[in-house]
Amino acid sequence: MLATSNALRLHVESALAGRIASPFRFQEPQPITASVGISAVDQLAGGLPRGCLTEVFGGISSGITSLLQAALAARTANAEVCALVDAQDSFAPGCAQFAGVSLQQLLWVRCRNVNQALRSVDLLLHGGGFSLVAVDLSGAPARLVRQIPLSFWFRLRRTVENTSTILLVLSRESNAKTCASLVLRMEREAVRWSLQDRQYPSPDFHTPASLLDGWTTAAEMIRSKARRKNNVAMIGCAKTFANQDAETARFDLRSNYFLSVDSAGGNPLLPSQPNHLENERTQNFG
Amino acid sequence: MLPAALFGAVYVPNFILQAIGRSEPELRTQPLAIIDGPPPTYQVVALNRLAEILGVARGMTKAAVSQFAQVTIRTRCRVREEAAHAALLDVAWSITPRVEDAALDTLLIDISGLTSLFGDARTIAREIASRASTFGMHVHVAISANVETARIVARALPGPTIVPAGEERRFLETLPVRMLSPSQELSDIFDRWGVTTCKALASLPVLSLSECVGQEGVRLQAIASGKGMRPLLLAEPAQHFEEWFELDEAVDDLEALSFLLGRLLDQLSARLSARALSIAAVQINFELQPSFDKAFDTSRELLRVKPTARTFSCNLELPVPTRDSKLLLKLLRLRLQSRPPDAPIQKINMAAQSSLARVTQGSLFVPTAPDPDKLELTIARIAAVVGEGNVGSPQLLDSHRPDAFHMQKFSIATAEVHASGRASKRFTKNNLQNGSNYHSPTETPAIALHVFRPPVPARVRLQGNKPVFASFQGCSGKVVHASGPWRSSGQWWEDKPWQEDAWDLEIIFSGESPATHRGLYRFCYDGLQEKWFVRGVYD
Repeated sequence: MLATSNALRLHVESALAGRIASPFRFQEPQPITASVGISAVDQLAGGLPRGCLTEVFGGISSGITSLLQAALAARTANAEVCALVDAQDSFAPGCAQFAGVSLQQLLWVRCRNVNQALRSVDLLLHGGGFSLVAVDLSGAPARLVRQIPLSFWFRLRRTVENTSTILLVLSRESNAKTCASLVLRMEREAVRWSLQDRQYPSPDFHTPASLLDGWTTAAEMIRSKARRKNNVAMIGCAKTFANQDAETARFDLRSNYFLSVDSAGGNPLLPSQPNHLENERTQNFG
Repeated sequence: MLPAALFGAVYVPNFILQAIGRSEPELRTQPLAIIDGPPPTYQVVALNRLAEILGVARGMTKAAVSQFAQVTIRTRCRVREEAAHAALLDVAWSITPRVEDAALDTLLIDISGLTSLFGDARTIAREIASRASTFGMHVHVAISANVETARIVARALPGPTIVPAGEERRFLETLPVRMLSPSQELSDIFDRWGVTTCKALASLPVLSLSECVGQEGVRLQAIASGKGMRPLLLAEPAQHFEEWFELDEAVDDLEALSFLLGRLLDQLSARLSARALSIAAVQINFELQPSFDKAFDTSRELLRVKPTARTFSCNLELPVPTRDSKLLLKLLRLRLQSRPPDAPIQKINMAAQSSLARVTQGSLFVPTAPDPDKLELTIARIAAVVGEGNVGSPQLLDSHRPDAFHMQKFSIATAEVHASGRASKRFTKNNLQNGSNYHSPTETPAIALHVFRPPVPARVRLQGNKPVFASFQGCSGKVVHASGPWRSSGQWWEDKPWQEDAWDLEIIFSGESPATHRGLYRFCYDGLQEKWFVRGVYD
């Protein structure tokens, strides 16, 4: 009987050779993903997995809020309804709208502390129906975020399982541990300033200061359920550097007030200076 | 050939009692007596069979009825009777729009042509009785080709009664003349003549009757012989739905109140369902118990003036109409928990604003969205956690003031309309050129500002009008790059002017590793307060 089953198995495998790699091996279904709104991150992580918890962390000015903004813009542009649980009431709707977020499709929960945020996200996930539920804990004190018990993250993970909701958690440190299907660490690299040490024809236009154009951010994939890391972590090593570039994506963030030559067609405020037109600001804040 | 006219009459026997029993169903199984009249001389005006068996009779005083310990006594409530009457009208309008509001306890309806919809006349009569029973009312229904015959038979005979065409006189002849509701003068005349039944009245000669008692007598004779035809005086369907509940003892417990609110919502929901409508908004007015502040004040002025009851209102507006009374109850509970009335409640008035039921059809190309009813409940629960104004959808104001926005109620209907518009735009090639702000993933994403609300006070050292050193919240650092000032001001013509110079600063904080603690901040100098603030961090 055993010999027969083995022969049958070999026969099936040989018949399917080249089409299916291992027909008798159980493969966990890959989660459906949605675009983050940043092509480099999409290529790196394959997008945000639906029905999973995604954690994005990074220091101050690392670009995690920009990534959130891009994700919200991508989801709302796709006619989906999103929710943002803002632990410290730090969301800027003006910037978000500029980035393309449709505010009518965004439910914004302005919390005053972490406890309110956790209760709100629990209610939202149990309510169901949202395409993206983002929890921004980046403004909350790290000590309080660290105190969130692991069981709560498990609870969130179990709640979004088998739904089409993307649960996106933003924080300064990684907290969800193994509950997160995708973990991205973000870090700011070079900041781009323009108009440094530049003389202007008239002081009416600008003071002799530099202008913030944007910066480059590196997103490192720490953990991914969908894509396994190529490098192998060694016991005792804090970090491996093998194939690190393959697990890191770099992308640029632009200032809200930066308009390229193509879209703006030049700055009417300044006299003709073709070499620098692309770096000019064209509108004031506020 | 025109179809034969067919009329129905719906009569609620013992209406006063049924109006009370509708709002308090548990009283139906208890001996119950309803009293009415001027305060010292209350008398029994209605009672049920159980009370009658115990020996209670109409006309007994309240003191006498109080001797029966088992009998529950209730004061007659006109508003409940009006609500019961409105519910009865809704039952009739759920069958046909041609309804005459004959009396509080009697309705006349035109059911001509309804046989193709419901079935034969007996089926229609049963359907009316069945729908009335769902509203907590037991009714008599009679159907006849003659409207007056139907009215009289419904008042006289229990159960669904069908009077075949041409046999009206046979059904009426045994009934007493008083069923025709003659005036007192006519009633006395008929008594003197010995005319006690409809048959006797119908057999009188018309000319002689006209000479003796006038046209009123002739009209009654025509009705008694089943020939009194008249058109219906149609009532216009009401769009206002209201229910009342008056408590014997004031309630201050939310649990007990929820029970009553749930009952009223069930009644309203049933009434609107019967009319194929949904609830768009609910308004509740609580009549509160007068405060005890002046309870012991016996001054003449206060004794003369009747204390006016205070009221407490609670409105609930729904983004999409619903008939789910349980959902409405949960929303009301959350609303009352966050803002409870400040005194016990002695009377409840609940009014519903009706709207057509929402009709939607899913689309293959529009992603799923939260269920509107469920979402409303979720938002209400979140609002109970974070506060009423802290959940919703942000809307930017037409102002140059930094961070100028206000929160509006998040409505899935608005979001869906907006989303479907965007979804349809997605299929057009020129989406980005048509005013949409969305930048595709291939474009450079924009920097986000992580806002500090309220702005954090800061200290900034200037050198040549340019920030060189900044400190806030116990951190201090050297400014390595600065961009600004971006000057703006506004509303100087109003009482809340603002003026600020904004700066983008890159700061290296001292005492920590520069690689990890460089930050890009937005600072602002408030020209009116002459102070520096940190408005946020670019993140």
